[in-house]
Parts: sequence; C-alpha cells; structure tokens
Amino acid sequence: MALFSQKNLRRYGKPFVFALFLIPAVWLIYNWVQAYAGAPHDLGFNPQETSNRFTGDWALRILLLSLALTPLSLLTGSPRWILFRRMTGLFAFFYVCLHITSYIWLDMQFDWSELWTDVVKRIYITVGFTALLCLLPLAITSTAGWVRRLGAKRWQKLHKLVYAVGVLAVIHFIMMRKGFQFEPLIYGAVLAGLMVFRLPMVKSWLRRRTQQKPINAGV
Amino acid sequence: MLIKHRENWHASENEVTSEQHYLNRRHFIRSATGGVLAATALGVSQTVFARENRTLQPLTYSKTAYNPGEDLTPEDAITSYNNFYEFGLDKSNPSENAWRLEPKPWSVKVSGMVDAPGDYAFEDLIDMKALEERIYRLRCVEGWSMVVPWIGVPLASVLKKLGPQSGAKYVAFETLADRDQMPGIRYPVLDWPYVEGLTLPEAMNELAFIAVGLYGKEIPNQNGAPLRLVVPWKYGFKSIKSIVSIKLTDRKPATSWNKSASNEYGFYSNVNPEVDHPRWSQARERRIGEFSRRKTLMFNGYGEQVAHLYTGLDLEKNF
Repeated sequence: MALFSQKNLRRYGKPFVFALFLIPAVWLIYNWVQAYAGAPHDLGFNPQETSNRFTGDWALRILLLSLALTPLSLLTGSPRWILFRRMTGLFAFFYVCLHITSYIWLDMQFDWSELWTDVVKRIYITVGFTALLCLLPLAITSTAGWVRRLGAKRWQKLHKLVYAVGVLAVIHFIMMRKGFQFEPLIYGAVLAGLMVFRLPMVKSWLRRRTQQKPINAGV
Repeated sequence: MLIKHRENWHASENEVTSEQHYLNRRHFIRSATGGVLAATALGVSQTVFARENRTLQPLTYSKTAYNPGEDLTPEDAITSYNNFYEFGLDKSNPSENAWRLEPKPWSVKVSGMVDAPGDYAFEDLIDMKALEERIYRLRCVEGWSMVVPWIGVPLASVLKKLGPQSGAKYVAFETLADRDQMPGIRYPVLDWPYVEGLTLPEAMNELAFIAVGLYGKEIPNQNGAPLRLVVPWKYGFKSIKSIVSIKLTDRKPATSWNKSASNEYGFYSNVNPEVDHPRWSQARERRIGEFSRRKTLMFNGYGEQVAHLYTGLDLEKNF
C-alpha cells in the first residue's frame, strides 16, 4: 500500500487525476478549433447541440463521482478517496461552467433577453439554473480559508447542498429528453444508490464494519 | 591516414543485429501490422457493407417550382442527422442502424372511410412515372432546420386514388414497428407504432407530399424508406416515416407525441414562432451548417399556401 500512500497520492495521484479530468475539455476545444478552421471534426452536424450535451454529460458524471468518494472511503475503510473529493467537485463545477458557456455562447449567441425567457419559461432550464445557483457557493467556499472561516461544522452543513445539486441535475437531464428514455434514469439510479450511503443507519453500520473514524471535511 | 580508435562503448561488428534479422524484424512488423489491419478492415467492411447493402437507385423525375431558392443542406447531413426513434435516440443512430430495414417489397394497409381499402403494394400506391422534385424547408421542433430536395408525389394524388368517403375528416398514418428491423422498438420511449395524422383538408393541400426519393435517388432507410410523408409547414415529427398504414376516419387520430406529452405536442404542430414549446423557444432556428440562428417564419414560410386552413382556429390553443 506504500505505492498509494497519502504522500504519493498527493504528489503524483492528484496531478494525474487532474489531467484525466481535463481530457473531455481538451477533446471538445480541439474539435471546436478544427471545426472553426473548417477541418474534419467529431462534433457532428449540429456542433452546438453536441457541445451542450457533451459538457452536460461530463458535468453530471463528475458530480456523481464526487458523491461516490465518501461511500467509497466507507466501503474500503480508507480515507484516501477523500483526498480527491474537492478536486472532483471543482471539476464538476468546471464542466457546469463549460456547459453554461456552450449554451449561452454557442447556442444562444448571447441573446440575453431570450436567455432570460428560457430560464423563466422552460422548467428544465429553471431547474438547471437552480442547480447552478446551489453549486456556486460550494465552489466559492472550496478553499481551506473558507473552511476555517465558516468552521468545519457549518462548512459541512453548507456543502450538503451538493445533494440538492445532484437531484436537480438529474431532473434537468430527465426533463431535457423527449419521451420515456432510460439514459437519464440510469444517472438517477446511480444518484439514488449513492444516497443510500447517506442514510445514518447504513453509514454507522459501514463504520462499525470497517472500524473507521468519521471522515473530516477539508482533508 | 585515418586512425580508428575504438572506445569501449563502441559495439563490435558481430554484436550488431544482422541485416537478415533486421529485415526480418521489419517483415515481422509489416506482416503483423498487415494482419491487424486486414482483420480491422474485415471487421469494418462487414459492418460497412452490411450498412451499405442497399444501393439507392437513381430516380426519373421532373423539376418543379417548389423551391425556396436557398442553399440545399448537404446530403450527408440530411442522411446522417436524423430523428427516427425506431432506430435509436441519438441523431447518429438511424444512419447506423437503418440498414436492417428491408424496404422492398413494401405494402401499405389502407383502411377506414375509403372506397378502395386493402393492402397496397408500394408500386400500386405510388405512381413512379409521376415523380417530381420539391425543395422544401424542414423545421424540427428541437430548433434546427434543413433545406431538402425531396422526390415524390402529392399526397392528394394518392388519396384521390383511394377515394375518401364524404364523412372522412382525418387521415391517420402509422410507421412500421418491427422489432427485428428496428432496434429502438425494444425501448418504451413512445407508444409504438408511431402514429401521426392530418385533417383531410391539410392532407389534400398542394404542399402535403409523399416522398420516395431524396437528392435524385431513392430515399435512404434512415430518412423513411420506402415512403414517407412531408408536411413542410409543420414540425418535422409530423412528417411520418416508413408508412405501413393509411387510415381515413371521422375522428381526430391520437398521435404518438401528443399521447406522450400533450402539453408539448398538439395535433396541429404548425411551425409557429409565436407559440413556444415548453422546452425549445420556437422564435429562432439553426439551419444545419450555419453557426448563427435565424428567425423562424410563421408556417415555416408557407403561410400563403396554408394559412387559410386555419381561419377561425385559435392557434395558441390548437398548437
């Protein structure tokens, strides 16, 4: 286990995971550069639509991944997963930002009045916008300084908002699709599965099983 | 005079890989790569040939004045960016999966309030000597649009042949729903088979068209082979594909999207920039291939030909 020691994970694991999370964004930007240059690209015949979906998919996947790290540490009895929690959460936020950029710039072309109409009138966009509003304070208070300023207890309480973000994001996805489709429901099922680990009884049972102390925030 | 001083790290001649081995290595790599490439090519060709197993025959047709005078959407965009949920939910799924569809032979069941009901072979329903090309705008409810050169016959000519009875008010169409040919049918996305309909006056309008071709050839499977409806003043989903049933009735047919979400998809589904869809603003549209969006026209720009069909009808309610 020395290979995966806290020190090694901090020194090599984090940059590695960081690079991994960047791959979808690099792919997207590379393909837009290609498209802009009139060169072959993989964005299809409606690149704006592709971008919206691609960034939304990755935002949701990484968000769910960030929610999976605490259960993983409980299941494996190792706190090491938590080392990556903040980075994962911030990457989810990063892809949400790309998602919104794609929507406002590529899709709506900065038509602010129509954008506002969309937010107010189209429920799935209202839901998505609410998710963004919930995610914003979490991203802002992600620094060690903010943990100190708020105090671990209050900080943790605030960051429970991430559950609301998860639920809203899945609803946003389900509503976006036409007809009865499985794909968004799969994300919903994963989210529900991850929420089971938040039930106090499941949590304490796992802790007893792995003899693990409660995991502190901001590791 | 050249004095050769041999450093201790210099390899001697006999330590060097022999030319034969060196060439062998190249040969080995070449053959190994060749093998992999051949296997890949075989795999790829199997899928590609399977997909391409139907050669689309060129059609004989007359040109018409139905032409908005706009740039045509490229053929590869029209044939690979499709909504045809029977073949999958992604835009690319229909062109990937539609090779499974067997459009020949094809028959259409004609029923309801007609003088000549029965099962019609494709050849008896469509007069292939009367084919004409009509270039229409196509507007999808999702907010994108195309300009498509269809080939076919007016729907009215087909209906007249069938002889609608005086009490008939609506025409209902059904798409094929065959699990073996259409992988999307396995999922309950919609209540299969897909159903669409028009009022009889709409169906008899000069613009309503049955397409059997596209870009000078037979229509590809993913675009609704062997025959599909084209209703250019309505959103794309009204233009039902791969038709297997035509039924004339005196009652408004329950259409698939209307059943799925009645607050989103009405029976009429006319292109109307004034009436928003709950998920997509209809004020603008993106022509496939263009970066910016343009304003959507009332009835997709066909108001002159169709607006009279809706006099006295509240289009906000009857969307």
